[in-house]
Amino acid sequence: MAWAKKLLRVNLTEGSIREEPLNMEWAADYIGQRGLGTRYLMAETDPKCDPLGADNKLIFATGPLTGTSVSTGGRYSVITKSPLTGAVACSNSGGFIGAELKSAGWDMIIFEGKSPSPVMLHLVNDEAELVAADDLWGKSVWETDRLIHEKYQDAQMRIAAVGRAAEAGCLYSAIVNDLHRAAGRSGVGTVMASKNLKAVAVRGTRGVGNIKDPARFMQSVAEQKQVLADNAVTGQGLPALGTQVLMNVINEIGALPANNMRDVQFDGANAISGEAMLEPRASDGKPNLTTNAACFGCTIACGRISTIDKTHFSVENKPQYWGNSGGLEYEAAWAMGADTGVGDIDAVTYANFVCNEDGMDPISFGATVAAAMELFDIGAISTEQTGGMELKFGSAEALAWCVDQVAVGEGFGKDLGLGSKRLCEKYGHPELSMTVKGQEFPAYDPRGIQGMGLTYATSNRGACHLRSYTVASEVLGIPEKTDPLVTDDKAALVKAFQDATAAVDSLGICVFTTFAWTLDNVAPQVDAACEGEWSVERLLEAGERIWNLERDYNLKAGLTGADDRLPERLLKEAAKTGPAKGKVNGLDTMLPEYYQLRGWTKDGQLTDAVRKQFSLPA
Amino acid sequence: MQRSLYIDAGKCTGCLQCEMACSYENEGVFNPAKSRIKVFTFHQEGRFVPYTCTQCDEAWCMAACPVDALSLNRLTGAVEVADATCVGCKVCTIACPFGTINYNQDSGKVIKCDLCGGDPECAKACPTDAITYVDADATGLDKMRAWAEKTDNAPAAH
Repeated sequence: MAWAKKLLRVNLTEGSIREEPLNMEWAADYIGQRGLGTRYLMAETDPKCDPLGADNKLIFATGPLTGTSVSTGGRYSVITKSPLTGAVACSNSGGFIGAELKSAGWDMIIFEGKSPSPVMLHLVNDEAELVAADDLWGKSVWETDRLIHEKYQDAQMRIAAVGRAAEAGCLYSAIVNDLHRAAGRSGVGTVMASKNLKAVAVRGTRGVGNIKDPARFMQSVAEQKQVLADNAVTGQGLPALGTQVLMNVINEIGALPANNMRDVQFDGANAISGEAMLEPRASDGKPNLTTNAACFGCTIACGRISTIDKTHFSVENKPQYWGNSGGLEYEAAWAMGADTGVGDIDAVTYANFVCNEDGMDPISFGATVAAAMELFDIGAISTEQTGGMELKFGSAEALAWCVDQVAVGEGFGKDLGLGSKRLCEKYGHPELSMTVKGQEFPAYDPRGIQGMGLTYATSNRGACHLRSYTVASEVLGIPEKTDPLVTDDKAALVKAFQDATAAVDSLGICVFTTFAWTLDNVAPQVDAACEGEWSVERLLEAGERIWNLERDYNLKAGLTGADDRLPERLLKEAAKTGPAKGKVNGLDTMLPEYYQLRGWTKDGQLTDAVRKQFSLPA
Repeated sequence: MQRSLYIDAGKCTGCLQCEMACSYENEGVFNPAKSRIKVFTFHQEGRFVPYTCTQCDEAWCMAACPVDALSLNRLTGAVEVADATCVGCKVCTIACPFGTINYNQDSGKVIKCDLCGGDPECAKACPTDAITYVDADATGLDKMRAWAEKTDNAPAAH
């Protein structure tokens, strides 16, 4: 079992709420969270729908292990159609609200329609109500969180909300929960705001039970926690330095994209690295990092809790930013630092705080600023559009100014809120947008890590590192080392990572466990908790089914194989420095092999054989 | 040898594994809301602090109980609630200076840490040793050692 076997359906148009049994036949095939949420989205929406229209749905989904003591078992995902990409969106978040939702007795919430005026959902165990939220509209996520906690006088209430960026239509708006964890990518927050849904506040005191074999489960969980503790990455690197452990490593191998991916190495990398976060500051002798922090149930604790130097220009007159909050993880530090050429750790931390405060995806935000800086560099935009701000690569002032503008959707912030693709199109240079399917790249240059080129091109939600993190194999040697500079066998590697990750993302656990765990470590925990038999093979089959379902949604939405493309820069402009010097990405070699391994046609369409093999819906 | 829970808040990451272990042992579900140990987060300061009953020898809760539902387990040193006797009057929750004995609406009784009969699940579940179960006479030893390490060993002037 482990599933609560119930979902909450909230019709925002009617203002009605009802309970439904979870479709357990689908759960047997699609597990939960990412897979099951996408199955519901496929069944209930037209993939051609307007992502910001009332016909789109917004699904908060937990997995069967969410809320249990499995390490990292607090995850939930938000599934919807993305306004940034027009493809399926599935953004995964930690923090505490996922487990709280499960503890309240729910596997899933489906929001449908559109409320005529701002509302929030207040959910305490079985009692759910839509509450007017006119007073919260126009408020940041942090302010919204504070006001809701004050109103209900319950410190343990967990809150997810959208900020002013989403209200203003920023296309990469995040849903932020527990102040600084986020369902970050693909504009899921933009969809939430389009429905006039400001916040979801949850309190669950029922607990999570329904464990199939409790004794075996507790034994297995304890063993696998030990595996995480004994592993160098999950037991030492991530707790000490967070994902920022990667900044210097990736720079050294020549795969740290810089200056809107013109370069593959960044001189300022060390200044914004995990190591730099431990260095005492001149002003107060304190380091950027205060402590590491865990999400619900996580025994890795990669989260960063940081402060900004009070004397830094970004906050010297803003005492509201002097306390501790969620600090830099690697992707955010890269996008807002290396990709913009800004080697100022306080400026980048400030931008990170504001992304959390008003709900923006720091990857897409930083990469869009980087694109704007290149447009400024070549003269396609000028101080006329920015109202005087010089958008120069490396300018910390420009970064801080941009984040303030996007957070509230003012001035040039409106343009920046379009994302890199639409911004570059608007100013006549679509070739400068470093995106796939309209979503900005994360922090690994596919010229220096070849498999990541195929990962980005074929990711069902647009450019993303989390759909198949071949960096683990190509750079870190997990589970075995492959050469990052060659394309050989990368198609099979990408497919294997995609399928396994789709399963992990559907269970309620964090993909970071897979630095130490394979499905051999995961399956026994699932099997002890969930009804039915759960082997590695079954998890992999479910993962492949989920991958094909997402692909099917995208094809039905109108995407084609032609959307599995990288920007020309990565295919034609060779890396200028480092171990990958002279290399471009070999996507054209890998992609046909990948389609073949997937059993798809030469132009990337699903075949009847694949549909039949995985019993995909018609 | 009697043992005590020793909490080193500086090591806590706020993961709530202790709350899950406690609630599962005592309630049969993973439910932080029903845990006898609680982790408090002080967000602005970046601090996490686990907190639970310290098992007073002369317990205020025990003295206040009008029906003698609370008793000292001499083997473990834990003050335990006899569910069959407790009438849910909550006087103990008022008497306790630390707030670590609490009423449970579902059962109509009070709940508190009983050291799991001498093998506390929270300490076993904690991934960072923020919660340990140590010789009751030595709860301060780690702190003493840490301060001793910082003590100046320069020889006194002769």
